[in-house]
Amino acid sequence: MATLEIRDLHVTVEADNATKEILKGVDLTVKQGETHAIMGPNGSGKSTLAYSLAGHPKYTITGGTVTLDGEDVIEMSVDERARAGLFLAMQYPVEVPGVSVSNFLRTSATAIRGEAPKLRTWVKEVKEAMERLNMDPAFAERNVNEGFSGGEKKRHEILQLELLKPKIAILDETDSGLDVDALRVVSEGVNRVRESGEVGTLLITHYTRILRYIKPDHVHVFAGGRIVESGGPELADKLENEGYEAYTKGGASE
Amino acid sequence: MADAQNAPVGSTTAGSIAVAAESTVATRMSAPPSFDVADFPVPHGREEEWRFTPLARLRGLHDGTATAAGDGVKVTVDAPEGVTVESVGREDARLGRAGKPVDRVAAQAYSAFEQATVVTVPKETVLTEPVRVQVAGQGGTCFAHTVVELGAFAEAVVVMDHSGDAVYAGNVEYVLGDGAKLTVVSVQDWDEKAVHAGQHNALVGRDATFKSVVVTFGGDVVRLHPRVEYAAPGGEAELFGLYFTDQGQHQEHRLFVDHNIPHCKSNVVYKGALQGEQAHAVWIGDVLIEAAAEGTDTYEMNRNLVLTDGARVDSVPNLEIETGEIVGAGHASATGRFDDEQLFYLMARGIPEYEARRLVVRGFFAELVQQIGVADIEERLLAKIDEELEAAVA
Ligand SMILES: Nc1ncnc2c1ncn2[C@@H]1O[C@H](COP(=O)(O)OP(=O)(O)O)[C@@H](O)[C@H]1O
Ligand SMILES: [Mg+2]
Repeated sequence: MATLEIRDLHVTVEADNATKEILKGVDLTVKQGETHAIMGPNGSGKSTLAYSLAGHPKYTITGGTVTLDGEDVIEMSVDERARAGLFLAMQYPVEVPGVSVSNFLRTSATAIRGEAPKLRTWVKEVKEAMERLNMDPAFAERNVNEGFSGGEKKRHEILQLELLKPKIAILDETDSGLDVDALRVVSEGVNRVRESGEVGTLLITHYTRILRYIKPDHVHVFAGGRIVESGGPELADKLENEGYEAYTKGGASE
Repeated sequence: MADAQNAPVGSTTAGSIAVAAESTVATRMSAPPSFDVADFPVPHGREEEWRFTPLARLRGLHDGTATAAGDGVKVTVDAPEGVTVESVGREDARLGRAGKPVDRVAAQAYSAFEQATVVTVPKETVLTEPVRVQVAGQGGTCFAHTVVELGAFAEAVVVMDHSGDAVYAGNVEYVLGDGAKLTVVSVQDWDEKAVHAGQHNALVGRDATFKSVVVTFGGDVVRLHPRVEYAAPGGEAELFGLYFTDQGQHQEHRLFVDHNIPHCKSNVVYKGALQGEQAHAVWIGDVLIEAAAEGTDTYEMNRNLVLTDGARVDSVPNLEIETGEIVGAGHASATGRFDDEQLFYLMARGIPEYEARRLVVRGFFAELVQQIGVADIEERLLAKIDEELEAAVA
């Protein structure tokens, strides 16, 4: 069973000619089939955690370990991490001018699966996945994320999640900026992947709204660059009622 | 509208829109246009039109020391039925109609060639196959002149391929009759030591359509002047360019669109990618809307993608407007580094780095390549771009 283990993770970024520590010792284990919600106020370091796991070059890991099934993730390049089974649905997906969605998806699926998917079944697979996410087929011919609305970008991320079937999926504020309809469609997409039982999900969010659609097994409160409290789904209800004040006032966040 | 997003150190992206009573495009040149090389002083390198060019690498084309020698180039013209191809002497009346040389090297070429090639597509002849001109460098020095003339309502595609090694100064004239449609693709795929300088002058007839695609990959120094003038109203010109400047190469494209006649259109799009130490691309885009040219519609754009450190771009769009009675006029120029966020996004989907780079650069050019409208040329160019990128990764 695939397991992502994060131990005492410390991460810095360079900002304004200074080195700033953002993650201050994160401990978390995510197993295949589990869903963990990470909830925290803006600026607490949630995206930093997500990007660091995916290997974004802006973030420097200064301490701790990350392993996927015992393999050192930190040693892997960005593409190796993806091929090892890590997937990050980004909070701000990037525009890639001149590269069509269909070309992108096929190149990506070829890289992840280790061989080019058979054209006939592939076309059908993509078409059906797009239909389930209420995406217009014309979408495939557009350039990656170029001119996409916020909702379209998020659907496109979840489309990739469905097609690439990772072992561990990190969803960074996939819910932000979505109206209720789009939130439902996107959540259903995530749930289809979860139902396979083969993915461990790290659901990063600021709001509890998405947890009505995607039920977490574990909820973690993230503040000041670390997990400050962990519990079951009931912890989300507490946050819903009380907000993050209790965690930020205590100086856990800055 | 000139912008430089994370432009590499040393690169310049200037730009100006001047509303002037009299053009400065002409006065910026160190001598007025002339067929005679003696009318141009030998450049020293600080002149406006030479300041970006490494004169020492021109192998004497600029100072009179280069003389025709050795087997210069071998020219093969492969033309479909209905097209005439002639080799003519210097006195032929069909030469020199599309414009005079504007700098010393172009004038040197005009003063030194012995025989010119004249390709004629008679009026109302619509070709279904391209005219193919192969200019194969044989290691020598050569001065050349070529005229491509389309009669009224003729339609043709001309592909000029430059390859091999040579020191080559060659001018080309395109003369389009009324309603004619000409697409020319000039591919500079020289060996690494070659030097190529030339002026491409188009004279666009009434309601005629001219499309120029300039593709520069090879050579040590390539310096071209694609230029357009109109003979009557209703003319349209599209000037597309694509260059891939590698380590040590100097590739300079100096465009000029002279809106001298009312109700004509022009659209200029040049895109370049650079990689390696001392790769230098220069793009000058001069557009002049003369006082008489009411109803002009023009747009020009230059985009550069800098793939590695050590490469340099100088991009100067310059639009001069002498009349306000126009449909539209604009320009844009941008030079940016390879976008690491794009690379990260693609790699985060399992795509290896070299392939991710290939996708992005191919995408950058694809948009432009798709507008060429000649399928086998489009495929060839995309394949060539892949080849350039592979060479870079290796
Ligand atoms: N690439 C970066 N460069 C500079 N500062 C950053 C960068 N990424 C994050 N930060 C800083 O790290 C802190 C946490 O940001 P982030 O991880 O985006 O938080 P969250 O996702 O929880 O809102 C913020 O103070 C933010 O300004
Ligand atoms: Mg965030």
